[in-house]
Amino acid sequence: MNILFSNARLIDPEARTDTIGALLVADGAIKQVFSDREPKGKFDQVVDCEGKCLAPGILDIGVKICEPGERHKESFASAGRAAAAGGVTTMVIRPDTVPSVDTPESLEFIKRRASAASIVRVLPMASLTRGRAGREMAEIGFLQDAGAVAFTDCDHVVTDIKIFSRCLTYANSLNALVITHAQEPQLSAGASATSGALATKLGLPAVSPMAERIQLDRDAALIEMTGARVHIDQLSTKAGLDVLSQAKAKGLRITAGASIHHLTLNEIDIEGYPTFFKVKPPLRHETDRVALADAVASGLIDIISSMHTPQDEESKRVPFDSAASGAVALETLLPAALQLVHGEYMDLPTLWAALSLNPANLFGLDSGRLTVDAPADLVLFDPDKPFILDRTTLKSKSKNTPFDGRRMQGQVMQTYVGGELVFER
Amino acid sequence: MDFSAEHLLGIEHLSVPDINSILDLADQYVDLNRQSAKRSDALAGKTQINMFFENSTRTLSSFEIAGKRMGADVINMALGASSIKKGETLIDTAMTLNAMNPDLLVVRHPESGAVDLLAQKVKCAVLNAGDGRHEHPTQALLDALTIRRSKGRLHRLNVAICGDIAHSRVARSNIFLLNKMESRIRLVAPKTLLPAGIDLFGVEIYEDMDEGLKDVDVVMMLRLQRERMDGAFIPSEREYYHRWGLNAAKLANAKPDAIVMHPGPMNRGVEIDGDIADDIGRSVIQEQVEMGVAVRMAAMDLLANHRRKKPSGVMV
Repeated sequence: MNILFSNARLIDPEARTDTIGALLVADGAIKQVFSDREPKGKFDQVVDCEGKCLAPGILDIGVKICEPGERHKESFASAGRAAAAGGVTTMVIRPDTVPSVDTPESLEFIKRRASAASIVRVLPMASLTRGRAGREMAEIGFLQDAGAVAFTDCDHVVTDIKIFSRCLTYANSLNALVITHAQEPQLSAGASATSGALATKLGLPAVSPMAERIQLDRDAALIEMTGARVHIDQLSTKAGLDVLSQAKAKGLRITAGASIHHLTLNEIDIEGYPTFFKVKPPLRHETDRVALADAVASGLIDIISSMHTPQDEESKRVPFDSAASGAVALETLLPAALQLVHGEYMDLPTLWAALSLNPANLFGLDSGRLTVDAPADLVLFDPDKPFILDRTTLKSKSKNTPFDGRRMQGQVMQTYVGGELVFER
Repeated sequence: MDFSAEHLLGIEHLSVPDINSILDLADQYVDLNRQSAKRSDALAGKTQINMFFENSTRTLSSFEIAGKRMGADVINMALGASSIKKGETLIDTAMTLNAMNPDLLVVRHPESGAVDLLAQKVKCAVLNAGDGRHEHPTQALLDALTIRRSKGRLHRLNVAICGDIAHSRVARSNIFLLNKMESRIRLVAPKTLLPAGIDLFGVEIYEDMDEGLKDVDVVMMLRLQRERMDGAFIPSEREYYHRWGLNAAKLANAKPDAIVMHPGPMNRGVEIDGDIADDIGRSVIQEQVEMGVAVRMAAMDLLANHRRKKPSGVMV
């Protein structure tokens, strides 16, 4: 069984090219890339891409699926459908479930549920410490053997510096990837906004953007001390980017991500207390947002994530301060990210490096690129198609998107996982 | 009488003509309240529900008296803990009350923005009686009325607001109101009690109280909550009193006819010296309480009888 994608605008994040060509897929993998000519011959199936973009499927790090514990918010089946509709072909999922995923047994449960229910690939992460409580290391070795691709306590910071340094040292001896959250927890305790005139006017408890830098300073020193390989889940401030830049210049094994919401929204969006805009860390000043977008363009920020966090209506239909944090974004990641291209921060191949290639490299995967023998995980999309997002049409069980009613540009037409069509509009 | 607002949620979005309408009408209610027969029928047949999700004696009784003097049927609901314990959300509580067709909802809530949220879900006029650290519009209006009656105007006055600005909804509403009315505002407080970005609100900031009070017309003191006194925001009560408590020596920097205000309840000997609070030549603290009833009567009268209605067919 082979499929020819003809007349496609091929977005290759590895070669950083954006060219018209064709792509041949056979047995679930990319067989051949034709960058200048249309191939002759007979194919089982021909997909005429009509000049639209064909790119590697998105690898989304940090997706929250609410199994086990809160399946009414999101399940593997619903998240899989949402991912496919958003061009996400691999979800790297968070362990901050109820209970958290911190034993090989619970990881087995996740893997079984994922393979039974999700139409896109799922790679599980596991907790760094038991119960994400920051006191005892989880069984990193066993969890690694069971398939955990990274270790993270998600938005919990391991505050005990001795325990954290041992976690890093131990993880390093197994060459395990650790993912951390750069928010100093005491300074940011109780905050639901970034400090400044707006938060003061709204009367919301707020945290200085410096809380990010303080935590990142500590973590960078520990990475230097232990030699561990660490990814920062999401940076959101200029001050944090400065520390990242210095750490990278020193040659530390550090990478960092940014969430799509911090790249496309700013603190002004919380005027009027709309709880769908309450995310963690809180939305930042516009100068931070611009610095973050520039950092993706320059490659300082390696990865863009959705930080998909489903919340039910009840946990958002309350005053801002009491509302749960987080937003769903599997389906809106691609059109929102295209704002960075339409806004001329970067070109499509550069954007795709942050969406597919760099995350694949972080986990040592051969996907995320348009090269021969890579898995045929592909997304076909129209980068210019305008539409107005209606949150009720989302495939996620939870509809808590800040983009409801927003005019967006760029829509997924088809998504393939291993050469199989999993979504078509 | 002209009034363009639909609710009284804060001063920030209230127009200057609306502020003047409230203050002018409140002047009339002051006269009424000083008669022995304090009765108007401005709210006859109307239902006023006071929903207080936070403890209050002063504001609640002020709103209750205001409603009753205008002939409203007033119901007080102290919701401090009960409804939260039962798991009912704010929106459900609001919609339940809405179904009873009240005309005025007076709401106090510990969270900023909660009253705005509630106002989106009900048909009647909503008055914010204080939400978190956000706004307390009737307090700012009664302060303005007190100043206007004492000084004859609101524009071109020097007003010092002193103390815990960071946690104060009273300060925020007063800053908005006094700026709209073209007063000159000074904030006097240690930096731990000043919120981030407050310098962008059209105010001058002083850490030294003697300098801050120099030649001001109005000294507005704020309450310092007990839980903020011991080491968390200031080192101690006595050090705070020494530096930022209002006493005769510091007040001597102000104009000789400067008035002293406090939204209450006071901590005597912490933010204000007892003798100053009781000095009828300087302190207008009791008058503030009196103006509170009149301003609330005016605001409720305007909202109940002259409120801008939503275009028909639009229901939130």
